[in-house]
Amino acid sequence: MRLSDLYFLMPLLILVGAATLNMLVVAVKRNHKIIFGITIVAHLVAVFTLLQLNGSSYQIPPFFVMDGWGIFNLGLILLTSLFVTLLSYAYFEQREERKEEYYLLLILATLGACVLVISQHFMALFLGLEVLSVALYSLIAYLRTRERSDEAGIKYLILAALSSAFLLFGMALVYAVTGTMSFPEIGVYLKSVTELPLLLLTGFGLMIVGIGFKLGIVPFHMWAPDVYEGAPAPVTAFIATVSKGGMMGLLIRFFSQADAYRYANLMLIFTIIAIASMLAGNLLALRQHNIKRLLAYSSIAHLGYILVAFLAGNRLGVEAVSFYLVAYFITSMGAFGVVALLSDTERDADQLEDYRGLFWRRPATAAIFTAMLLSLAGIPLTAGFVGKFYILASGVNTQQWLLVLMLVLNSVIGLYYYIKVIAAMFAQTEATTERRKVLHPALSFASGATMAILALLMVWIGVYPTSLVQLIRGLLATFMTTF
Amino acid sequence: MILALLIVLLMVGGILAWVAGRFNANFSRWIALLTTLASFLLTISLWLNNPTTTVKATNWMMRYEVPWVPQWGVSFSLALDGLSLLMLLLTFFLGLLAILVSWREIKTKVGFFHFNILWVLAGISGVFLTMDLFLFYFFWEVMLIPMYFLIGIWGHANRMYAAYKFFIFTQASGLLMLLSILGLYFIHGANTGTYTFNYFDLLGTTFPPNIGPWLMAGFLMAFLVKLPVVPFHSWLPDAHSEAPTAGSVILAGLLLKTGAYGLLRFVIPLFPDAAQSFAPWAMLLGVVGILYGAILAFSQTDLKRLIAYTSVSHMGFVILGVFSFNEWAFQGVVMQMITHGISTGALFIMAGFLYERLHTRDIRQMGGFWPAIPKMGVFALVFAMASLGLPGLGNFIAEFLTLVGSWQANNLLTIFATIGLVAATVYSLRILQKVFLGKNKTEHPLTDFSFREVLIALPLVLAILWLGLYPQPVLDRAKPSVDEQLEAYKKPTIKPETPAQVTMQTLPADTVSLLNTKGGIHALK
Repeated sequence: MRLSDLYFLMPLLILVGAATLNMLVVAVKRNHKIIFGITIVAHLVAVFTLLQLNGSSYQIPPFFVMDGWGIFNLGLILLTSLFVTLLSYAYFEQREERKEEYYLLLILATLGACVLVISQHFMALFLGLEVLSVALYSLIAYLRTRERSDEAGIKYLILAALSSAFLLFGMALVYAVTGTMSFPEIGVYLKSVTELPLLLLTGFGLMIVGIGFKLGIVPFHMWAPDVYEGAPAPVTAFIATVSKGGMMGLLIRFFSQADAYRYANLMLIFTIIAIASMLAGNLLALRQHNIKRLLAYSSIAHLGYILVAFLAGNRLGVEAVSFYLVAYFITSMGAFGVVALLSDTERDADQLEDYRGLFWRRPATAAIFTAMLLSLAGIPLTAGFVGKFYILASGVNTQQWLLVLMLVLNSVIGLYYYIKVIAAMFAQTEATTERRKVLHPALSFASGATMAILALLMVWIGVYPTSLVQLIRGLLATFMTTF
Repeated sequence: MILALLIVLLMVGGILAWVAGRFNANFSRWIALLTTLASFLLTISLWLNNPTTTVKATNWMMRYEVPWVPQWGVSFSLALDGLSLLMLLLTFFLGLLAILVSWREIKTKVGFFHFNILWVLAGISGVFLTMDLFLFYFFWEVMLIPMYFLIGIWGHANRMYAAYKFFIFTQASGLLMLLSILGLYFIHGANTGTYTFNYFDLLGTTFPPNIGPWLMAGFLMAFLVKLPVVPFHSWLPDAHSEAPTAGSVILAGLLLKTGAYGLLRFVIPLFPDAAQSFAPWAMLLGVVGILYGAILAFSQTDLKRLIAYTSVSHMGFVILGVFSFNEWAFQGVVMQMITHGISTGALFIMAGFLYERLHTRDIRQMGGFWPAIPKMGVFALVFAMASLGLPGLGNFIAEFLTLVGSWQANNLLTIFATIGLVAATVYSLRILQKVFLGKNKTEHPLTDFSFREVLIALPLVLAILWLGLYPQPVLDRAKPSVDEQLEAYKKPTIKPETPAQVTMQTLPADTVSLLNTKGGIHALK
């Protein structure tokens, strides 16, 4: 550990500091505003320090590496977490539970995801994963008096613990064969063997269980709908974005550093998983009447789409994954943000009925939600379209026709349930205008502004993706040299 | 620049109309009308400023190109030639009428309605103008969403089902086209080293064996569903009959034409080899569509559904002409696109007017209206005559040219297609007979055309008459573009220095042999 390492780890250290500070402040005086302020500032400072690192490629042996891919993912995670925080204030302000620890846990979960995306060692990986998971256990069950909240929390706890055990066992097997836990050295070992030893393959297989659980892909997706439904809306947004994105970042780093793209059987496993995720996610979503469950199944499908680009296994593929993650993060946050915005003190607005005729009651909210759903469906003028285009391009480029055709088929299936929600919003209702929530005007303005920013970002990326593509390519330049 | 302005004008007008609708419904109606009128006048000025008589090096009147996503080789590329100009004129002409017919019909959410109308028009204009395949797909999809809302919000009783069906059919086929666009992009990139979506660069791409037909299939799916060609037509009757009048006019008059335009502009020049080998099947599909559409049209009781099936029948002529690969047929196709847009749009407007008066589309409840509403009867007579292809009206020119062209390509199928004209007479006359003649079954008091309605119907009659009596300006305008689309088919004839006619005549040889198979003949019976 050198002193200069601290400079490169600054974004993470700031999060640690903010978590500690929050804890101390809570011990002195509970005040939602102060904690919220500290959390926002911490995120902004962390992003600022991250900007200083742009363009660097720095090893912190043996655990971490701070390269373009890491910086891209860190930035994405920090900004997403910032938006989740912004959405949380109005949401939790209406609830009678103690609010302050929520931000503490949120920072810790973010920290875990950040560790995940810059790790290049099994130990760091596991450390990050557990920090993320443990924080999530309590975040999911945070509103513990609500029905389904406990169920979701316990379900996640048990399954996450189980999958961690699988992951650990897998790591142990890999270590037993290769004698190392660092990704590059595993890559060196793999280059020296002509064929994968069975034990190593088993190890990888067990690891896929652990990784697949966090990504929420078929067949490890069972938890997703229940947890999405039971968790508070901002937490659901966090799980759908940061938690999954962090794992995706790690997966790509592991595969590229260990050069695991060469193995046809590993690729076959992921191909099957990708197709199964797309199909199961979209088909199961068709029958949902609960928006949060619907979005849960849709996110299973979207991870399947991302895997299509991941399977391309080349530069274009990683670019496509990056772009899609950005588009998907913005869109998911927008969608769950609307859910959070519409939720009243009793429960989350998660029934399709809550949205019937929304367009005629609250046109702006409904317009944003429509835009987000169209983006998830991949309709032009939205970020989701460019993302899907990028993924299709990477698939066509590597001639994975089966995957690409499945993606097209699934987009069409997906379209149906997204339109179903949109149609409900545009349906004529006799119900008179009622504003269900009475909030402080500044508060509703802040939530509205956050949503507006997300919507503008999404349309901007959808209409003019050049700058984002440029940014991603620039950042990946340092990562891809190690490819 | 002026081309981009056209699209931006419509989009901005749409947003203004929406905002204005919050204050006063009439504001948004006027804004929409004036915006479309401005676009229409702008297009006419383009027509006048580019006379067809002057000989120019290129048939492209203007091009506008700015990089959009340079990393992928995507540019915001618009270009105007005779074909695009004709299509634009049709777009704004029907757009104006669509807004006028909705003046009284649409009473709820007027602002949002006009927003959707203008954005559909913007998307369609984009499709007719763009010369970048990425942008083409972009506009192709952009025109769907407002159309979905038009059907889904302001449509008739079964509107949700129709809107879903329309959206999913067109999206699915559009995505297959996107795959083909990407395939084309990468093959061209691998061949030449420059990755671009530019239409002019992609022309003349050579394909590895067996890839060309697959890529063409993707494009065909999108265009054949949109056109629609028979196995993929099932969205059309639902969408047309459930949409509000303005929606039906735009669907039948314009959205179907984007499919035909796509065939002419993209499929024919980009995939000359694959298109030639597919031609017999395509022509067969066209003939099946002509006859099948006509038979189904005859058996409908819902007036709008009936008109919708006549579209299926008329669009059969388009695909028959497109795959004949000669100038006669192509000119016929262009004429058919325009005249069908006008005559079918007019019939839908008539159906809309009747619906306003009777609140039903069921022709079993109509009859004997002529004495009560003679003005409307006369107009309906003209439009029905146009639809059946009476000489002197535009549709006759279109169908005649198409049949002359397709005769050179395939005699047998042309004979069957001609039967379609007879069938057209039957179903068109049936409309008149059931609605205006016979015994009046309703005691419903009927009012004849108001001044506004005459104002809507009269330009349509004039346009049909003009196209029927003096189609030369349109043909002149379309000729250079038509020639350019056919260029790829003429090349081989230059090399062996034989007259161009020979290749045209070699086509039927294999087409006929293919059609002698049992399946082909069978499908017609």
